[in-house]
Amino acid sequence: MVEKQDTLPVAKAISEGKKAERKLGWLLCAPAALVMLAVTGYPILYALWLSFQRFDLKYPDQREFVGLDNYVTVLSNGYWWTAFWVTVVVTAVSVVIEFVLGMGLALIMHRALVGRGLVRTVTLIPYGIVTVVAAFSWRYAWTPDTGYLANAITPDGAPLTEHVSALAIVVLAEVWKTTPFMALLLMAGLALVPDDLLKAAAMDGAGAWQRFVKVMLPVMKPAILVALLFRTLDAFRVFDNIVVLTSGAQDTSSVSVLAYNNLIKGLNLGIGSTMSVLIFLAVALIAWVFVKLFGTAAPGSDDEGRR
Amino acid sequence: MRLRRTRRAAALGATLACASALTACAPASGANTVNLYSAPEENLQQNVDRCNAESGGRYNIVYHKLPRDADGQREQMVRRLAAGDSGMDVLNLDVTWTGEFAEAGWIREWTGQDRADVERGTLQGPLETATWNGKLYAAPKNTNVQLLWYRKDLVPEPPQTWDEMIADAQRLKAEGKPHWISFTGAQYEGVYVHFNTLVQSVGGHVISDDGRTAVVDEGAVRALQALRDFGTAGVTSPSMNNAKEDDARQEFETGQAAFELNWPFVYASMQEKAPELAAKVGWARLPSLQPGVPSKSTIGGANYAVSSYSTKPELSFEAIKCLRNPESQKFSALNDGVPPTIESVYADPEIAAEYPMRDTILEALKDPGVRPVTPAAQNVSTVLSKLLSPIGEIDPQATAERMRTEVQNALESKGVMP
Repeated sequence: MVEKQDTLPVAKAISEGKKAERKLGWLLCAPAALVMLAVTGYPILYALWLSFQRFDLKYPDQREFVGLDNYVTVLSNGYWWTAFWVTVVVTAVSVVIEFVLGMGLALIMHRALVGRGLVRTVTLIPYGIVTVVAAFSWRYAWTPDTGYLANAITPDGAPLTEHVSALAIVVLAEVWKTTPFMALLLMAGLALVPDDLLKAAAMDGAGAWQRFVKVMLPVMKPAILVALLFRTLDAFRVFDNIVVLTSGAQDTSSVSVLAYNNLIKGLNLGIGSTMSVLIFLAVALIAWVFVKLFGTAAPGSDDEGRR
Repeated sequence: MRLRRTRRAAALGATLACASALTACAPASGANTVNLYSAPEENLQQNVDRCNAESGGRYNIVYHKLPRDADGQREQMVRRLAAGDSGMDVLNLDVTWTGEFAEAGWIREWTGQDRADVERGTLQGPLETATWNGKLYAAPKNTNVQLLWYRKDLVPEPPQTWDEMIADAQRLKAEGKPHWISFTGAQYEGVYVHFNTLVQSVGGHVISDDGRTAVVDEGAVRALQALRDFGTAGVTSPSMNNAKEDDARQEFETGQAAFELNWPFVYASMQEKAPELAAKVGWARLPSLQPGVPSKSTIGGANYAVSSYSTKPELSFEAIKCLRNPESQKFSALNDGVPPTIESVYADPEIAAEYPMRDTILEALKDPGVRPVTPAAQNVSTVLSKLLSPIGEIDPQATAERMRTEVQNALESKGVMP
């Protein structure tokens, strides 16, 4: 009773204290925020600045401001769009497959009764292997004569030298590598589903599939969206698997490979930076779509992401 | 005061570099240290040691190993040069990089006595690869030409032309014998090397002699036709379109191939890995396109240059002259298998014993096909290897048309590299 009488003044005190606390919070994280700005903001702005210039390290004297010319050049170029669609296809296909497989794995790991630790460890092995190393073993596996997969599946062909089969192998390598990561994130989401809820649903006569679709998926939604967001962003920047498997031959370059070729190999800072900026915009767009339209947020924080 | 602080910072920097690279930085950077950046070469250190001893303490070369693949070597050097790094003195450049490094102002010109010393006795082809705009920018270290390796037990005489080679392979195929022609058809520099050899062999041009404009003349179209016909003749292994030098070598060593177009390093490897096969293998100049006109094999190899940011240019020029003198080149030829650039070395009796194909190499070297020297060599190579791959799908006229625009763009650093 006494507390209730004090409600008003206490509330005011709290809000003042909160204000001070918030201010302190800002002060405390300011150094970190400044460092973040310096190490991420500066390169982004510098890339933007470079993208408005004709600037080739080989011809340092011919540096000049060209406005949006580089964007016109890149966006009207066939190589760029081929690479863009290759990236989109690899991203979409690999993330969908990873999601399905990852969900299956998560359910198994979540429910495993015997050897739970062993199952989880074994599942995580591919994620622990360096991508380039794994990619090399895939490359050898798919090369005729030296490779068991090529010899067994396509004895007369060389799958890495054909556009479609090479892309399929890139997707396979991506899926093999990152499904465990997806499974791990989804397993965290599964832990959010209360057993009582599932029991109640079962009492009401819901079958296994119904419980999965109507109970588990909705509760897991934040975790699922985070997992999909992480993987989509990651997959869109696919680089090492492609470089090792095909070096971008037979039109298998992704936008990252193209940007690398123009920037690092070609020393063309203008065009290369233009591509980096475009990739940055695409990644930002993906993140925006996930956060604003789907309401992605950290697992467990419900719908706070949608604002 | 200012100076002392810089020096302390430099010393600290050097210590950190040593600690992080886990390299033996034994003789700490002194006033006479010449930092050599070079591709890993097994016995190069011995040449370095000998030169250091001969210099009597005037200079002390420290050999830093660059990555194994050419792209990795170029990227590391270019990154550091673009940042004006003074830690590199002597650079080991692939022959195709001279124009680029010179135009960008990253390497010093060789003049006066230094230039005369390098030019004396050096083969013309390798010297051309070290020249840009009529000025000498590097000293040829070693050279390389591709040869035709063939199975003497399957074909008594090496084919003289591409048509003969393909016909031989098809006949062997019909007879059920080993018949592949091992070829580096992957989308990379190697396929451009073959294309350049063909273009040069018929006197064609992809780029004008001054390295500034794209030409792609009739000779280039003729070369495109030859590559297309080869790619569709059914005489290569299934993975030809993904094969680089080492893949082609391995393929030949399995015994399924009758011919191989590759650098001389395959011979040493064959002696070691497939001695029985090696006994049956002969060599000849690359097949040509026109009967009676010998081919012009594209020159490979490496040159030594002095970085513009080096603080010890005189010592660096001197060190290079020792690292590439006849004695060093002979040692490298015998121990690392790289062909010399100084003609007199080929006449050495020891070379004769280790290099049975030296006469063929020398013959090809005296009539070489040099890749056009241009600052945009890397861009040109990337564009061309894209348009040439896969070789079976080349459409000579249409491909030549695309080459004209895309090579011109590459030369002007316009457009997008694939």
